[in-house]
Amino acid sequence: MGEAVQAHSVHEAPAGFIRKYIFSYDHKVIGIQYYMLALFSVFLGMTLSVLVRLNLAWPGTEVPILGTIFPEGAPDGVMTPEFYLSMLTMHGTIMVFFVLTTAPQSGFGNYFLPIQIGADDMAFPTLNMLSFWVTFLSLVVMVAAIFVQGGAPISGWTAYPPLSALGEIAGPGLGTGQSLWILSVAIFCIASLLGAINFIVTTIDMRAEGMSMMRLPLTCWAWFVTAILALLAFGVLLAAGVLLLMDRHAGTSFFIPGGLVVSDKLIDHKGGSPLLWQHLFWFFGHPEVYIAILPGMGAASHILSTFCRKPIFGYKAMVYAIMGIGFCSFLVWGHHMFMSGMSPYTAIVFSLTTTAVAVPSAIKTFNWLGTLWGARIQFTTAMLWALGFVSLFVTGGISGLFLNQPAVDVYLHDTYFVVAHFHMIMGVAAIFGIFGGTYYWFPKMFGRMLNETWGKIHFWITFVGVYAIFMPMHFLGFAGHPRRYAELTSFEFLEPLAAVQKYISMFAFTTIAAQFIFLAIFFWALFRGKKADINPWKATTIEWSVPTPPPHDNFGGEFPVVHRGPYEYSVPGAAEDFVPQTAPDVATAKS
Amino acid sequence: MFFAIIIWLITLVSVVLTVGKYWWLPELASEHGVALDRQFMLTLVVTGIIFVLAQVALGYLVVRYKDRPGRTADYSHGNDKLEVVWTLATAVVFFALVIPGQSIWASLHLIPPTEDVVRIEVTGQQFSWNIRYPGADGKFGQLKPELTDDSGGNALGLDPDDPASSDDLVVPVMAVPVNRNIELMLRSKDVTHAFFVRELRIKQDAVPGMTIPLRFKPTKIGHYEVACAELCGLGHHKMRSTIQILSDEDYASWLKDQAEE
Repeated sequence: MGEAVQAHSVHEAPAGFIRKYIFSYDHKVIGIQYYMLALFSVFLGMTLSVLVRLNLAWPGTEVPILGTIFPEGAPDGVMTPEFYLSMLTMHGTIMVFFVLTTAPQSGFGNYFLPIQIGADDMAFPTLNMLSFWVTFLSLVVMVAAIFVQGGAPISGWTAYPPLSALGEIAGPGLGTGQSLWILSVAIFCIASLLGAINFIVTTIDMRAEGMSMMRLPLTCWAWFVTAILALLAFGVLLAAGVLLLMDRHAGTSFFIPGGLVVSDKLIDHKGGSPLLWQHLFWFFGHPEVYIAILPGMGAASHILSTFCRKPIFGYKAMVYAIMGIGFCSFLVWGHHMFMSGMSPYTAIVFSLTTTAVAVPSAIKTFNWLGTLWGARIQFTTAMLWALGFVSLFVTGGISGLFLNQPAVDVYLHDTYFVVAHFHMIMGVAAIFGIFGGTYYWFPKMFGRMLNETWGKIHFWITFVGVYAIFMPMHFLGFAGHPRRYAELTSFEFLEPLAAVQKYISMFAFTTIAAQFIFLAIFFWALFRGKKADINPWKATTIEWSVPTPPPHDNFGGEFPVVHRGPYEYSVPGAAEDFVPQTAPDVATAKS
Repeated sequence: MFFAIIIWLITLVSVVLTVGKYWWLPELASEHGVALDRQFMLTLVVTGIIFVLAQVALGYLVVRYKDRPGRTADYSHGNDKLEVVWTLATAVVFFALVIPGQSIWASLHLIPPTEDVVRIEVTGQQFSWNIRYPGADGKFGQLKPELTDDSGGNALGLDPDDPASSDDLVVPVMAVPVNRNIELMLRSKDVTHAFFVRELRIKQDAVPGMTIPLRFKPTKIGHYEVACAELCGLGHHKMRSTIQILSDEDYASWLKDQAEE
């Protein structure tokens, strides 16, 4: 059914450095730009988590350099509670927006969606360039919030008003820092909307001849559905952000009710609702979880099939599951609000819709296990990350079965159990998808191979490390340890838990240190790595039949024609154990 | 093999640390907590079984089907019957777990309070709790935010012109009688807080502009810590109070002592 509207070359290959590498229209360059932005952000976000973990385990530690950079937030290098909260806020914000939303979708998606569907570029190259540079601007504004008077906001990445709406009277960092934070998020929303439109149109309109929707690689399905989620979710967050800015600077009262007394001062606002923000924020916030994880699911499926040398088990079921998850993700936001004071009747409805979303998630897991069944598994580094993804997806997913029950959530809400749950699933599992994608696609993106041995060392430390970090956080949650506490000395019941916090911090530091192995092999391979063949993994999809690295229009003027589904491995009667999507004939198919 | 051993070890350690209950829910002190804890345990068992089965299966498949000389992978695109079976099985297990548990939530929130309920008002502010008892008249006096004066001793803005407010009692710590239905009316002066008592298995946001009821029946005499569970600013971690569960006599004399102070 592939009615391919083949786009003619929309732009010429650029000549100058700036046109080629800075303000590029080329989806491949833009993909790499997004990836590099995420790489910078993940190391920044990780540094912030070091400070967070340091303060929790060894409060009062003097870090002289902190005192120099932040004389206000860390006088003499000792972190204040407000500095802790601002680091926590920025850690969450930077990881969610600039890493988890950026790398798997905008990074890999930009680079590989057009190639995998047989298009010479995205549908709107100028829009694509714009969306990257708007994202970049957003990051600059976000980082600026750390260095302004009063520091970064202390209201968490969820920025609940009235705390986030009242300004400095409610606490440090809630003045300029909070305004810049909201502005940055609003700018990010605009960039994401531009990107989403591009992904959707490209997937629908630019597929090559023979590339029907049901022949799309699962990565493309994931990017396509993620783009739809982004289009519907980021618009709502943008609106919420603008309203919050207006409450702060234009005297409106969307989120601020009347009669507030803050620090003994009557606030001149009335008529607003703090819950309105929570509804708008989580209407974005829950689909956002799937925006972060769906591309990881796509990459894991893609990698598993390749290194199982076996077609993906239940391709159609996988596609329907992606759609099911995407659809359900808009019906479940209220499960973040069971304790918020919204109607208790609604809680029951949201509890049931949330249970429904677990079903397509389970289908995915079964199909991954089904793909492994009867396979011929090759343990490449990329495969290890994909297997790690499956393990973490299960572990992070099932703890959701506690939190989707309002009654059980009464006890666990806003404890470390929640921290464990979302880090396992949307943090770590999604990151494993990104690492899997990196080890798998690096040869195509940069023309060189990453070191497999060091890659495996990186994997093992990280895999064991993340379990050692986040498993014990569930236990802290069992003991009722509230999250977002800067100091753990005010409560008797927290005393026996201090040892667990120390232990978690030690594993966190080890795991974080191991990420520098990745940085080293990444940049070593970039310049010194072994040259990559066109198809080093003997894979079937179109990105592996174009030159390495691909030419400006991806195909050198000859557009591919697609003859079959994406995962034809170990086909009986074929010359090799894989049949490329573009091969006209099974029996003679060669790479 | 290495992958399987590591993943099985992680699974084993996780199970041992959970079953050993080294870090666990504190002793229970409320009526609804019995059902809540039971639902928690049931969920733990169900998810625990899924966790172990999935990780063990993952490890097994990885060992069983690793690439060996002479091995060819099966050429299979899946099995529609299996898909239907495991989709339905999952749905049945998940909904069978979640639906019955809703009755606990309903018992907490959807049943109107009894006539004899002990009503206490709790108002959060950065970073303390104000507890108000209605006094002998059983009526809470009117509050006027503009009268609020923390340093002057009127933290809630109690209106002195309202006769109902004359015997209102405002204290920083709470006491409630054991085995009585309690209803806390949660409010906030400034930002959103959350009232959390681990032993009572209660938690509820206190949202400015709203008065949110929180009902429970304490079953055990004791002294428990009250924590704030919603990020409320730089002092969030020290927003602590206590709640005493007292016998009827002790409660009456506590109220009397507090009123005299």
